[in-house]
Amino acid sequence: MNDGLQLALSVLSVAVALVALAYVVLDRRADRVLLGVVALLWLGTIVQLVYGLARLPSADDDVHGVVFVLYLLGLAAVPPAAAWWARGEPSRAGAGVVVVAGLLVPFLLLRLSTLWSGGA
Amino acid sequence: MPESAPRRSSWGRVLIFVYAIFAIAATGRSSYQLATQASDAPFPYALSAVAAIVYIGATLGLAREGEGWRRVAWAACGTELVGVLVVGTLSVADQELFPDDTVWSAYGAGYGYLPLLLPFAGLAWLWRTRITRA
Repeated sequence: MNDGLQLALSVLSVAVALVALAYVVLDRRADRVLLGVVALLWLGTIVQLVYGLARLPSADDDVHGVVFVLYLLGLAAVPPAAAWWARGEPSRAGAGVVVVAGLLVPFLLLRLSTLWSGGA
Repeated sequence: MPESAPRRSSWGRVLIFVYAIFAIAATGRSSYQLATQASDAPFPYALSAVAAIVYIGATLGLAREGEGWRRVAWAACGTELVGVLVVGTLSVADQELFPDDTVWSAYGAGYGYLPLLLPFAGLAWLWRTRITRA
């Protein structure tokens, strides 16, 4: 996998989590600005999805292709799911949902790289 | 008619989001394990399937309105707590029983101990939003 892309996406994702955490501390609901940042993260996960799918044919034999693709799809589903679930919440808990999503993305990226190197 | 506080608002929303992640992850993991390598480690894989059902029940029970769903959530979170404690202890005490890990192995250490914390958070939330008779 492309380590640069994964690193950039992880940094972006943690940054999103930190911004959302600031929202929680400041007692602000998930507004358009925060959801815009989540949209940016979504874009990043879609780039990762496309890149991952494009590289799949050149994967080693011991890579679990199906699981790898499921993880890619799951990764790209996290930001929109979080935005949808956070949007209806009038309290700062909506931003809390974004914190969780921002921390989940690097974890999934880590799993993707383990899978790519032939791990389970 | 006594009303209970909505479980889906405020921090319940974050809780449901986390439960949903575990529900999807556990379902995916156990379906894959059972479909491809069930005979390798039937006991842990069956437990993974049980965990998946528990997480789905907790997610739905917390997210949906109505007292019926509330009872589902109580049952799921209670089973989850017992499950993570029993499986966690067994997996530490008798490693031969667990040739492969489940989500609850070693009290959920593989998932940052979240599987151990989650049932406490779920039960506490259910308690906080319980029916209050005026």
